[in-house]
Amino acid sequence: MTVQGWLLIAVFVGILLALAKPVGLWLFALYEGRRTPLHAVFGPVERSFYRLSGINPEEDQTWRRYAVHMLVFNALLILMTYGLLRAQALLPLNPQGHAALGEHLAFNTAISFGSNTNWQSYGGESTMSNLSQMLALTIHNFLSAATGIALAFALFRGFARRSAAGIGNFWADVTRITLYLLLPLCIVLTVFYIASGVPQTLAGTIDVSTLEGARQTLAIGPVASQEAIKLLGTNGGGFFNANSAHPFENPTALTNLVQMLSIFAIGVGLTYTFGKAVGNTRQGWAILAAMMALFLAGTTVTYWQEAAGNPVLHQLNAAGGNMEGKEVRFGIAASALFSVVTTAASCGAVNAMHDSFTALGGMIPLFNMQLGEVVIGGVGAGIYGFLLFAILAVFVAGLMVGRTPEYVGKKIESREVKLAVLAIAVLPLTILGMSAVASVLPAGLAGPLNKGPHGFSEILYAFTSAVANNGSAFAGLSANTPFYNGLLGVGMWIGRFFIIIPMLAVAGSLAAKKYTPATAGSFPTTGPLWTGLLIGIVLIVGGLTFLPSLALGPIADHIAMIRGQLF
Amino acid sequence: MARSDTKSLFTADLIVPAIRDAFRKLDPRELIRNPVMFTTAVVAILLTVLLIVGNDGLDAGFKVQLVLWLWLTVLFGTFAEALAEGRGKAQAASLRATKAELTARRLKGDGTRYDSVPASQLKKGDVVLVQTGDLIPADGEVVAGVASVNEAAITGESAPVIREAGGDRSAVTAGTRVISDEIRVRVSVNPGQGFLDRMIALVEGAERQKTPNEIALTLLLVGLTIIFLIAVATIPGFAAYAGGSVPVSILAALLITLIPTTIAALLSAIGIAGMDRLVRFNVLAKSGRAVEAAGDIDVLLLDKTGTITVGDRQATEFRPVSGTGVAELAEAALLASLADETPEGRSIVVLAREKVGSVMASLPEGAQVIPFTAQTRISGVDTGGRVIQKGAVQAILRANPGAGETAAATELRRITDDIARVGGTPLAVAVDGRLLGAIFLKDIVKAGIRERFGELRAMGIRTVMITGDNPLTAASIAAESGVDDFLAEATPEDKLRLIREEQQGGRLVAMCGDGTNDAPALAQADVGVAMNTGTQAAREAGNMVDLDSDPTKLIEVVGLGKQLLMTRGALTTFSVANDVAKYFAIIPAMFVALYPGLGVLNVMGLASSESAILSAIIFNALIIPCLVPLALRGVAYRPMGAGPLLARNLAIYGLGGLVAPFIGIKLIDLAVGGLGLA
Repeated sequence: MTVQGWLLIAVFVGILLALAKPVGLWLFALYEGRRTPLHAVFGPVERSFYRLSGINPEEDQTWRRYAVHMLVFNALLILMTYGLLRAQALLPLNPQGHAALGEHLAFNTAISFGSNTNWQSYGGESTMSNLSQMLALTIHNFLSAATGIALAFALFRGFARRSAAGIGNFWADVTRITLYLLLPLCIVLTVFYIASGVPQTLAGTIDVSTLEGARQTLAIGPVASQEAIKLLGTNGGGFFNANSAHPFENPTALTNLVQMLSIFAIGVGLTYTFGKAVGNTRQGWAILAAMMALFLAGTTVTYWQEAAGNPVLHQLNAAGGNMEGKEVRFGIAASALFSVVTTAASCGAVNAMHDSFTALGGMIPLFNMQLGEVVIGGVGAGIYGFLLFAILAVFVAGLMVGRTPEYVGKKIESREVKLAVLAIAVLPLTILGMSAVASVLPAGLAGPLNKGPHGFSEILYAFTSAVANNGSAFAGLSANTPFYNGLLGVGMWIGRFFIIIPMLAVAGSLAAKKYTPATAGSFPTTGPLWTGLLIGIVLIVGGLTFLPSLALGPIADHIAMIRGQLF
Repeated sequence: MARSDTKSLFTADLIVPAIRDAFRKLDPRELIRNPVMFTTAVVAILLTVLLIVGNDGLDAGFKVQLVLWLWLTVLFGTFAEALAEGRGKAQAASLRATKAELTARRLKGDGTRYDSVPASQLKKGDVVLVQTGDLIPADGEVVAGVASVNEAAITGESAPVIREAGGDRSAVTAGTRVISDEIRVRVSVNPGQGFLDRMIALVEGAERQKTPNEIALTLLLVGLTIIFLIAVATIPGFAAYAGGSVPVSILAALLITLIPTTIAALLSAIGIAGMDRLVRFNVLAKSGRAVEAAGDIDVLLLDKTGTITVGDRQATEFRPVSGTGVAELAEAALLASLADETPEGRSIVVLAREKVGSVMASLPEGAQVIPFTAQTRISGVDTGGRVIQKGAVQAILRANPGAGETAAATELRRITDDIARVGGTPLAVAVDGRLLGAIFLKDIVKAGIRERFGELRAMGIRTVMITGDNPLTAASIAAESGVDDFLAEATPEDKLRLIREEQQGGRLVAMCGDGTNDAPALAQADVGVAMNTGTQAAREAGNMVDLDSDPTKLIEVVGLGKQLLMTRGALTTFSVANDVAKYFAIIPAMFVALYPGLGVLNVMGLASSESAILSAIIFNALIIPCLVPLALRGVAYRPMGAGPLLARNLAIYGLGGLVAPFIGIKLIDLAVGGLGLA
């Protein structure tokens, strides 16, 4: 570990914390439906959307209505993408003449982008036409992100409203988030990426002469615009197969920092928005503190393990940290940090190959996802997932001080506990269940490239990444098979929407409740004690389930490495 | 009714039937009410069957022990519940016994003769004779006679009230005492329909239903069980990838140690014990829900008299009319009060001795006591030479028609008005019809009540004093007692309105009451504690009844409610925190055959795989009976703010729950090794 490495981490965290309030305030304006300076530009666009579609943005939807509209909207978008991908060969803007995607790959890809996962069973530049990239996929990058943030707003309203029937309007939320947040930020970021050297063109390839005088054909395309939303919307689906390790996606140290900040920016801002929504910003800071503690712990472990490197290689006189699968441009610290950021959030963009990390260094990204990506987390999904844990934490803590628990003024009763447990159980059930199936079926066993515990980690990582809607690949798994495409596709769908429905039910149930003012008898949900309790609950309820699988995967892998056996 | 003795937890007469009941409770229909223990029982059955038919290469002795401990886990759970119920039953029996102690003079047909019967045998329609000094045996209506009845326990007013046949003042309540004259009362409730009877059924556990909080907790426990079920069920798949397999017995052991058996086994015992503690405290709750609500209270409405101030007023000053000395007034008051055994009378004697230094211990020879009667409302003494009277100003003036026109009467009225204005009660004294002055009776704030209110404030509970006094008096008593707020000149309607306002603001309100006019407020309050001596209507409306009719107890009831919830929370935290150590015991034992390197996770240094698994399952089983006393007694509770309380309990039960099993499992492992069990 180096001073520069820690400095990078410190700078990253510093900027992030400084971003929380301004981003949070901007989000809060959208949450409240207030007018922003950008309304002068996009206001007419917003109104024309409503006029054309006959939507009344003032209509307050019950949680059921909100859920149905959200589901139908997302299902239709996924169907559309499936159609576009299947018909790719017949459609324009296909300069390289890519063929249409097969059934299972299109199925997997459509759900992958629709669920904000962006798991890629294909190599981007060698599979997708420009139209597919820009329309079929990028539309999800915006709308699945907007959906996530809208859902977080809905849950915030559940906490903030008193004796209310509705939790807001899905269409208004999604439209405003897209128009006033994602689109303008992406325009700025796109310009920045172009200035940094990221291509933005409709051409398919360019030919270059290499230093050795050979001619090489390089894939290019509208990369910068996709890059902007890929990270900001925690989507993670790269234009190129190498994702953010590719110099055309992530050319400089500065773009690398901006990319990591983009991943966390909205998630961090939402914690502040939550505090504003419930009328006490310290509530938001407490959540952010718990998230940052988990994040820093993970970063430390991964950086330490990667910097320590592989003892087996050390014996072969290959001193230093683990550089396998890392871009030399970024080095160990920036790669370790990026890997923790991208898995703590549900982004899944990578600037290094997680498969090549040391066992424990690679376990942290895996564990981040298994916790449900609640450490900052995906846009919207992170905070609503975390709030579900907060409900359980407050329930246990409330009992311990002898009071029916209440959180930010709402009593937490059996209905909320039931729904929160239901939502939280989805992840371990699906991840472990599907991993177990893949571990025994021949079709599943055909996937991993490595043997032993490392091969098992590859399977576990794939299902974890898909179900948690991360989308990062451990690599080392041949996933473009009917078995994996199908099962992972179903996993992504379950991991996204089976959590959302109970979560929205919690929002509806909370919104209907009266406000219960805090007294000296209600324990404070702002101090370090609460933050510590949150961390404990996330680790015990969210993490403990995965211990046996981690023992057979990365932990066994690590111990074997110490004993000089590599997989 | 005296507080029943606290029965020791483990006496043979409780343990033996509890063991019998523990087996009876294995009935699946009963067991299914507790999903976690049901799961444990299913796994135990599965392993029992596998023990007979299966062949997984494990040592048979090891498997027999495993099955044995699994069954013991289930039995410890049913035993805990049976023990709690047994204690409840013993409690109910003692309730019945005390109830039967009251006896009544039941009149026979001719209306002159009576026989003595236990109060519990009185039926609706029976007529009983109640004489001076008797407790009224049952709720009813006065059908003949007029008597003064001391209802201080209900109203807090020490002045006796008149109860007479016909009209509004005919209702009498059980437990109040006739202090003069005699009345005939027609009983208005049947045996078995009273509160006491309904409560007994509840305490015995016959009518126990899960409270909302128990339901929520059960859901959490079921959720954890399902999550761990899948965590364990997927292990064979993972192990297969590693080229090995894990025997079902070992998977079962891991599952049972991971699912929250500890709290699940003790959950219903905690609930029953909570009710039971309340009963030991002589408070009966109509439902478990009411007890939990008590822990949530934000606002306590407390009647001034009897709760904040001592029910009886104390003499603090003599105020003579001009021309009369303090000593003269004091001496007359002393004489008039020597035979007065009420607390007020005694306080007058004490004060008079202070003022005049007289050591007169008893009345002069031949003095005739004029007893207090409901008709005259005057008491006093006829020493032969002098007639000394004491009573309310109006009553004295009525008894001495000539005195009303004198200058002294005018002055006395001014004095008594002054006293009333500052919240005191005046008593006039006259000698041979000549008005001497007034005795100032003052409300005395109870000792220590200020500290109690401080504690309540720390717990986040606001106290509101309810009084019929004028705002001036109320404010002075509120300031003296340290109560947060007060409602002066309160009518029952005001009380009801206040409760509704507080509830509108999302706060839970507790109050206690007694009179019929309190019934709506008692019903509206989230926790309404009716005094046992209160009217039937009040007792119907409240959700708790205090057998001692002590309104101060409301404060303790809140503490008991909190203690119940805290016990649940503490044991849940403990149970879940235990899982970490159990993982560290079982995972290396389970996987070491697949990857020998995983042996480094055996941080406890357990002797062998078999010993590790056995030790974990033994710890998991034994922790249940070890925690039974805690479940039944409740965790220690001290009034303090929620933050420090949470920190304290997290340190004890969270951190303790993490550490304890590491030590416990290691010790058991040593024992298992020492005994050669594995």
